[in-house]
Amino acid sequence: MNVSGSQTLVQYSNALVYAAMIAYAAAMVAFAASFAARREPTAAAVEAEATQRSQSVGAVATISPPTVHAKTDRVSQPGDRAANIAMSLTWLATLSLLGGVVLRGVWAGRAPWGNMYEFSITAALAVSVVFLTMSVRTDVRWLGLFIVAPVLLTLGLAVTVLYNDTAQLVPALKSYWLLIHVSAAVISGGAFTVGAAFTTLYLIKSRVEDREAAGVDPGRWSGVAQRVPSATRLDTLAYRTFVFVFPLWTFAVVAGAIWAENAWGRYWGWDPKETWAFITWVVFAGYLHARATAGWSGRRAAIIALVGFGCFLFNYFGVNIWITGLHSYAGR
Amino acid sequence: MTDPTPLASPVNEANIDAPANAVSSAKTVTPMQLGFLGWLRWFWRQLTSMRIALLLLLLLALASIPGSILPQRGAAPLKVKEYLATHETLGPILDRFGLFDVFAAPWFAAVYLLLFISLTGCVLPRSLQHMRTARARPPAAPRNLSRLPLHRAFETEPTEQANSTISDAESYLKRKRWRVDVDHDGHWVAAEKGHLREVGNLLFHIALLCLLVAVGVGNLFGFKGQVIVREGHGFSNQVTQYDTFSAGRLVDASSLPPFSVRLDDFSASYETEGSQKGAPREFSATATVIDEPGSKPRTEEIEVNAPLVTNGTKVFLLGHGYAPHFVITDKRGQVVFDDSVVFLPQDGNFTSTGVIKAPDSIPQLGFQGVFTPTAPVDSSQGPRSIFPASEDPAVFLAGYKGDLGLDTGTAQSVYSLDTTNLTQVGLKALRPGESWVLPNGLGTLKFTGVIEYGSFVVARDPGKEAALVAMMAAIGGLVLSLFVRRRRMWVRVSATGDGRTLVEVAGLARAEAPGLGVEVDELAEHLQMASAASVRVLVEESGGDSDEESVVGHEPPSSGADAAELDLSQST
Ligand code: HEM
Repeated sequence: MNVSGSQTLVQYSNALVYAAMIAYAAAMVAFAASFAARREPTAAAVEAEATQRSQSVGAVATISPPTVHAKTDRVSQPGDRAANIAMSLTWLATLSLLGGVVLRGVWAGRAPWGNMYEFSITAALAVSVVFLTMSVRTDVRWLGLFIVAPVLLTLGLAVTVLYNDTAQLVPALKSYWLLIHVSAAVISGGAFTVGAAFTTLYLIKSRVEDREAAGVDPGRWSGVAQRVPSATRLDTLAYRTFVFVFPLWTFAVVAGAIWAENAWGRYWGWDPKETWAFITWVVFAGYLHARATAGWSGRRAAIIALVGFGCFLFNYFGVNIWITGLHSYAGR
Repeated sequence: MTDPTPLASPVNEANIDAPANAVSSAKTVTPMQLGFLGWLRWFWRQLTSMRIALLLLLLLALASIPGSILPQRGAAPLKVKEYLATHETLGPILDRFGLFDVFAAPWFAAVYLLLFISLTGCVLPRSLQHMRTARARPPAAPRNLSRLPLHRAFETEPTEQANSTISDAESYLKRKRWRVDVDHDGHWVAAEKGHLREVGNLLFHIALLCLLVAVGVGNLFGFKGQVIVREGHGFSNQVTQYDTFSAGRLVDASSLPPFSVRLDDFSASYETEGSQKGAPREFSATATVIDEPGSKPRTEEIEVNAPLVTNGTKVFLLGHGYAPHFVITDKRGQVVFDDSVVFLPQDGNFTSTGVIKAPDSIPQLGFQGVFTPTAPVDSSQGPRSIFPASEDPAVFLAGYKGDLGLDTGTAQSVYSLDTTNLTQVGLKALRPGESWVLPNGLGTLKFTGVIEYGSFVVARDPGKEAALVAMMAAIGGLVLSLFVRRRRMWVRVSATGDGRTLVEVAGLARAEAPGLGVEVDELAEHLQMASAASVRVLVEESGGDSDEESVVGHEPPSSGADAAELDLSQST
């Protein structure tokens, strides 16, 4: 594999990853500037604007197509310019990262998911793609900072600590179930991360909202809270993300079981990796349940979701690093 | 059941179908005043409540954690022994609570069994009720449609338009597969959609039950054996041929599928350079299979991820190693040993250890050995292989004479030598073809060469297809229950005072239903087009219509008198 031609391929791949990191870093600065300038309109202001709008429509008017889309209703914000720049940079960075991941795959002659370096750059890509996909339909520019920062962190870890330059796989990883299982798991990881960002902000915001409602000093988090949408809205966004990811994660686990059956003769053996995938799954089932349980929706459910995300992360980092099992891709 | 309420229902403001009295029914009963039956009822209610289901789920997650942190008997029995040896006080305590076999421990079983009982007691009654409401007619239009979160209205000129608007709406909705009801006087249309959500929820939970059954079937009727096979050797599918064998309680171990497998050749390749030098790249075993005594032998390639299938049983290649061949001649000049010996790999470069026993020699001879497929150039570091392929093989032996202890009757591992009644006669390093002339005329040992062996798992799990189907159904059910939204729409025509007709379209969903706003808009638009002529758009209220504003887990804005009408769980 180590012909000089393919060595250039891997160099291009690395260059694209570095370029992506630079663009992400710039996007992060722009997102931060935008976030600092933002003020979420208070509920009263939104209402006032709505009344004004409906009055101007008047009681009788000609037909206007009653299509209502999220983005057209957006209230303009200070910091929008910086946010737009940041979004463009994020698109750019993500394209570059996509190029990096694809070239890596071309170089290795297989799906680029053979070791932790490759998993990490793909996971970073997945987080960005989930975020950008969401941004097409909904204004989530305010979330950018909380997405780009972990993406950059992951990439930083990948290129420094986890970098690994082998093309070949250990035999246990040679299976097209690798492709299916890992792609589902990686996309799930991206969506889990985005959902966790929403959930964290929800916890902050709902606390501040409650304190404000009670007339208590909202505390030091009010700076963040002022700049993000209402707790209800954040909760909705988090829920939608987790609702998307739960069936996908279920599928990822099932695909993993099929693969395990093929490789080791049993579809489930409570290997540490499998056990933590199961724990993550059960905790998120708990989250979905909690939302339908009296007294558990809201903040308690949100905490369960964050615990679930913690389990997911532990499975990815903790199990690879501290616990030995059959899942030998961690790279040596 | 006189009470139409399922014993326990999710209690949540977001739940259109949660009967309103679900909370109170659980709360008003105190067990103290009840007899035995009352107690049972109370207990059952608690067990099948959403809250206990949630707690049991979280408990299940918690209970699994030790299984991933402590070594487990099923996966790593040796590590458990090691752990017990090093943790003299803690070890036995953990062991008593089954913490080295968590997933077979009674307390773990208690958690998931309770969970599944709870599931049955919760989901079944609930879905039975849904079947009933699903066949009922959609509820009549609320008195005041404009109070619903999604509401559109427009006026049309002639009053006669009214009837055609209603039938337009009816056919439009039917075409879109809504369940539709029209009132006798032709003033309103009510429509409902999304019962698949409940079907999905039911499907999902029942699929989980099926999964449990499938896993159980696998445990009862399945078997698994592990066997090491040297090149040129074979095995047949009988309990005695396996190194380890476990089978479900209902397996007749004497009538396993009668196939046999011979390992003709094993090959492995490794990364030859770079930081991953020595990492395995390709394993492959060429085997001859006889499916049944008398059937034609066929040749198969067995690889990691590509098991051999015969008779509904799979043969998996798990690992491999080296078996050096030795010939031992004792002092009488008799060949007392001529065989290859399985050495177990100790590290990634296949530094392997093994034992040779020659009980027929006089005196008995035994050897402990280390085999290195690629011997180190400088062996001052001790015998440690530097590459996993057999490029420069060598064995390092310690020889013993005396009593091997094989006649005592207690079973001995073929991988260890009991040296209590043995005396060491010397140490020697050998390359293939070299001989060691033992001191004092004890005889000679010749290292003739080395072959490879594969370690195989033979497994049959008759529940696995069912488990797969169950999980596929579960995913299908999940998708339905998480993405289908139960929702209702109404159209009402009424006369305005001035001889015109007011057409109202309204929608209501229980939880968030992002698409409903669009559906309401489209229906309104359709009706407007249909009644073409002169149309005046009235109030264009916006409630939960846009993506931005829809809300999860929150009641639609409603109050007092309207609340009953807004409760979608009401069926007519
Ligand atoms: C094996 C354990 C269980 C798992 C993994 C599980 C998982 C889930 C998941 C993922 C959902 C969300 C999808 C949906 O809305 O259909 C859900 C919903 C639901 N579960 Fe379970 N569940 C389990 C046991 C139970 C038990 C024991 C009960 C009853 C006490 C129950 C009652 C419900 C109900 C009523 C819903 C619908 C909630 C709603 O309408 O939003 N489940 N479950």
